[in-house]
Amino acid sequence: MLDIRNVTKIFNAGTVNERKALDNISLSMSDGDFVTVIGGNGAGKSTLLNCIAGVYPVDEGTIMVDNIKLDRLPEYKRAKYLGRVFQDPMMGTAADMGIQENLALAWRRGNRRTLRWGIMDKEKELYRKLLASLDLGLEDRMAAKVGLLSGGQRQALTLLMATLNAPKMLLLDEHTAALDPKTARKVLELSDQFIKKEKLTTMMVTHNMRAALQYGNRLIMMNEGTILLDISGEEKAKLRIDDLLRLFEKAGADEFMNDRMLLSK
Amino acid sequence: MEQVLLGAVSQGLLWAMMTLGVYITYRVLGIADMTAEGSLTMGAAVAAGTISGGGSAYVGVAIAVLAGALAGMMTGLLHTKLRIPALLSGILTMIALYSINLRIMGAANISLLRKITVFAPVQELMGTSKTLSVILLGAVCSILLVTVLYWFFGTEIGSAIRATGTNPHMVRAQGINTDTTIILGLMISNALISFSGSLISQAQNFADLQMGTGAIVIGLASLIIGEVLFGQRHFYTRLLSMALGAITYRIIIALVLKMGMPSDDLKLFTAITVALALSLPRFRELGRTLKKSLRREGAR
Repeated sequence: MLDIRNVTKIFNAGTVNERKALDNISLSMSDGDFVTVIGGNGAGKSTLLNCIAGVYPVDEGTIMVDNIKLDRLPEYKRAKYLGRVFQDPMMGTAADMGIQENLALAWRRGNRRTLRWGIMDKEKELYRKLLASLDLGLEDRMAAKVGLLSGGQRQALTLLMATLNAPKMLLLDEHTAALDPKTARKVLELSDQFIKKEKLTTMMVTHNMRAALQYGNRLIMMNEGTILLDISGEEKAKLRIDDLLRLFEKAGADEFMNDRMLLSK
Repeated sequence: MEQVLLGAVSQGLLWAMMTLGVYITYRVLGIADMTAEGSLTMGAAVAAGTISGGGSAYVGVAIAVLAGALAGMMTGLLHTKLRIPALLSGILTMIALYSINLRIMGAANISLLRKITVFAPVQELMGTSKTLSVILLGAVCSILLVTVLYWFFGTEIGSAIRATGTNPHMVRAQGINTDTTIILGLMISNALISFSGSLISQAQNFADLQMGTGAIVIGLASLIIGEVLFGQRHFYTRLLSMALGAITYRIIIALVLKMGMPSDDLKLFTAITVALALSLPRFRELGRTLKKSLRREGAR
């Protein structure tokens, strides 16, 4: 499904602030893989996701999703194949617009926008059903502005929008980091449900080791723009937080042991 | 007095189209688009140039609309493709238009006295004065445009433009090219403003190279007045309030002038009004802080 080959991304090339965010990374994901990505600050996790999504162009290498070459396409053209949820709950939705209007924008992802009416009545029925599945009571306030929702509700809505119309891949960029622990668990739980139900190929960046272990069938650990660990299947299922910490130490990723990581144990 | 008020209403209705244009850039896209000053004059220049050259007034208006759209496209391209900040892109187009407008007009002003304008047939048909015919045509155009814009911003393309102003990241993540939506919004806005300019020149019987100066501030003043006095939650009434705001602004100006303010001070007056209106949220915030700290003092 995903095939990343020798991707390198350098920020501020040729200046004193030059930083190699991704260093010759290669990674393949099979159809239906759910990969969790962990690593310290500046490890390149979010950069990797943003390079796939087209927020930044890559300096070298190729990125293919389902045999479609993405690395030279602009961000808005890649959106056709990718569902995304961001760390900042404000990023994924248009605050000034209604819940149903946001869903309608997402429903048309990958289609040409025309002068047809922006939201049809029969769509609203579908949205009502989908919103009801979130179990947040949003189905009764579909015309309400998204700006009135809490961070957790907005993330749940963004998640719903990202999974509309079966994207080839779902990219979750620390999408629960800005939420309180209880809401974060709920949104993670919802994400897992969606991923399982739609059999979505997913890459989830997280700061939370527990979540990285609990969810997905494969775990990747990054450090200084490279992949240090890649554990999947049975081996991942048996993995404990202590094992993970030991593996990190062995791999020489001292920076990884930052406060947020330890706190989230 | 009645004449003064009628004059103000007629002017307001023509500036209503301009205010709608400003609304699209300032409120929908979140851009303070200085192109407005140039495109208003360009509308007037194109229409006056066409009419005084013996052409039909309708053709003049049509060309003005197209020219305005082109001006908006220019600003949009500078901003999106060349990554020049929006404000500066607008200023660049505005300055460029000054020369272009002078070329279109061939002189600093064109008189349209005794020429056949778009208002002439209305005047003849209804047997009314010029002012009343301007009010009639202005009202019809304003209501028509409000309706068309309401429909447009409900379509898929229109929704995409609205979302772009709120959250461009989200819009790109939903597969929409934000460059296109920004350019499109600027084109529609400036087409409206140029349309407004073409009607204004025909109503006042002349086009002047300077008539666009301060237009953006007048547009903003009308917009804010409209929002404060008539702004409703529904999108249709919000658009309609732009027209009402433009009329109210003209009535206020007419009254202030009537009360003896020299017309030379008009632009200063407008600028101060807009500055005050734009800073209202800040004043409210300061007031709230003040009240809170006073209450805390009292509790101590």
